[in-house]
Amino acid sequence: MNKLKTISRTDDYVVLSRESRPVPDPGVWGMLRTTVVAIPIGFITVFKHLFRKSVTIEYPFKKRPMFPRYRGLHYLERYEDGTERCVCCGLCAAACPADAIYMEPMENENGERLAKVYEINMIRCIFCGFCEEACPEEAIFLGQEYEFATDSRDGFIYNKEKLLVTHPRPENTLKKMWRKVRRFF
Amino acid sequence: MDYLQFALISLIKVVTIVGVVLTGCAYMTYAERRIVALFQQRVGPNLAGPFGLLQPMADAIKMIFKEDIRPAAAEGWFYNLAPVITFIPALLTFTVIPFGDTVTVFGIETKLILSDMNIGVLFFFAVTSLSVYGILLAGWSSGSKYSLMGGLRASAQMISYEVAYGLSLVGVLLLAQTLSLQELVHQQQGFWGMYVWKQPIGFMVFFICAVAETNRSPFDLAEAESELVAGFHTEYSSMRFGTFFIGEYAAMIGVGAIATTIFFGGWQSPFEFLDFIPPVLWFAIKVSGFMFFYIWMRATLPRFRYDQLMNFGWKMLFPIALLNTMLTAGIRLWLK
Repeated sequence: MNKLKTISRTDDYVVLSRESRPVPDPGVWGMLRTTVVAIPIGFITVFKHLFRKSVTIEYPFKKRPMFPRYRGLHYLERYEDGTERCVCCGLCAAACPADAIYMEPMENENGERLAKVYEINMIRCIFCGFCEEACPEEAIFLGQEYEFATDSRDGFIYNKEKLLVTHPRPENTLKKMWRKVRRFF
Repeated sequence: MDYLQFALISLIKVVTIVGVVLTGCAYMTYAERRIVALFQQRVGPNLAGPFGLLQPMADAIKMIFKEDIRPAAAEGWFYNLAPVITFIPALLTFTVIPFGDTVTVFGIETKLILSDMNIGVLFFFAVTSLSVYGILLAGWSSGSKYSLMGGLRASAQMISYEVAYGLSLVGVLLLAQTLSLQELVHQQQGFWGMYVWKQPIGFMVFFICAVAETNRSPFDLAEAESELVAGFHTEYSSMRFGTFFIGEYAAMIGVGAIATTIFFGGWQSPFEFLDFIPPVLWFAIKVSGFMFFYIWMRATLPRFRYDQLMNFGWKMLFPIALLNTMLTAGIRLWLK
C-alpha cells in the first residue's frame, strides 16, 4: 500500500488519496512479451476450446436431475390401499409461515376424518417445507416438480385432486423389470 | 447490340454479386454466433431449422417487422440517410474484386469481375473511407450522447488508421507495378508466389488496419457495449439498424476479399494438384478463412482502450508501414 497523501484541506474536511503507483516501463522485451508472444498464445488457447464439449444443458429438451431433498411442488401421499393419509388436522396450515394452506374437514362413511377441501396457494407458498415437517401423518411432501407456471392466478391454487398422488402409482416398468430380474437371480 | 449485351451481362453480374454478398452477410451472422458459441463452449442458435440454419431468415423477418423508432431529437434526413451511406460503400467494394479469370458462357467471353479498372486498389480505398461519413452522421443526427461519442470515436479511429492502411499496400504496389486487382492476381502464381510471403509486414499492418476500419473487435470502440450502449447505432431500431449490421458484415467480407486478392493470390489455386477446384470456389474458401479469423479474433482479444488505440495506430502501425514502404522501395531500386 502506498502512503496516504493530503490532496486538499479546508476547515471542514481533508481530502486524502493514495499516491498512484508509478507505472513501470515494460521495456522492449516486456512489450514484445505482452504482444508478439502473448497474443498467439491467447489465440491457440481459444482455438483449443473449439473442440471442447459444450457445457449447455438444452433446457426444455433436456433436464438436469433435481437433488433428492429439493423442495418443489407439494403432493399428498396415500396409504397402500389408496385411502388418503391426510386427516385434516390443520398442523400444516398452522406451521405455514406464508398462510398458503386452506382446508375444511369432513368424515367418511367409516367415521374417519379427512379433508373435504385442501388447497395450497402456490403464489403464497415459499416452499420452506415446514408443512412437511409439521405433518404427523406423513401425508404431505414437497416433490421434485418445478415447472408449474400458468397464465392465470386461479391456476396456482392447487386443490386436493391436483395434489393427491394417483392411486395405482404409475410404476416405472423398467425398474419393475429390473427388480424382477434381481429377485429371480 | 454490343451495348445491350454488355448491359445485360453487367446486370446479371451485379444481381449475382449483391445476392451472394447479402446472403453471405446473413450467414456470416449465423456463423459468427455459432462459432463464438463453440469457442465459449456454448451451443448458439440451433433451433430455427436444421442446425439453426434458418436463423438469419428469422432475424431478417424480425428486423423488418419491428417498430422503427425515431427519437424526437433526431435530425430527420441525415438520420434516415446514415445507414444507407454506410451500407452502399460496403457493397461498392465488390465492383473491383475479381472472382475468377475470363470465362466463356454460351459463346460469350466475359471477365468474372464487375469492372476491371486499372486503379482498382485506389477505388477500393476511396470507397471504404466513405463509410465513415455514414457512421459520423449516424452518431451526430441521433441526438444522443452515446451515439455522438460512438460516431466521434469511429471517425477518429477510421481516419487515423486510414494512413497506415494505405501505406501498408504501397509495398505490394511497388513490387507489382500495377493498381489493377486482376493484374495483381495474375502475378501471384502458386503457393510461394503469394504477396504475403514477399510483404509479411505489409500484410500484418494491412490486416490490423482493416479490422480497425471495419470497426470490429478488438477495435470496436465505436460500439463498445460496456461504455456506449451500442455506440453510433444506439438510437436505431428495426431495419435501419439491420442496414448498419449488414453494412458492417459486407465491409468485413469486402476486406477479406481484398486481402485475399492482394496478398493470397485471389482466385488462383495455390497448389497445382488442387487445380480441379474452380477459381470462384478457391476465392470463397480463402475469404471464409479470413472470416473465420475475424470471429476467432473476436473471441480472443479484449477491446482496446481509446488512447491505446490511438497510440497503437500512430506510434506503431504508421512507422512500421512507412519503414516497410521505404525498405521495399530500397530493395526494388537495388535489385534493378
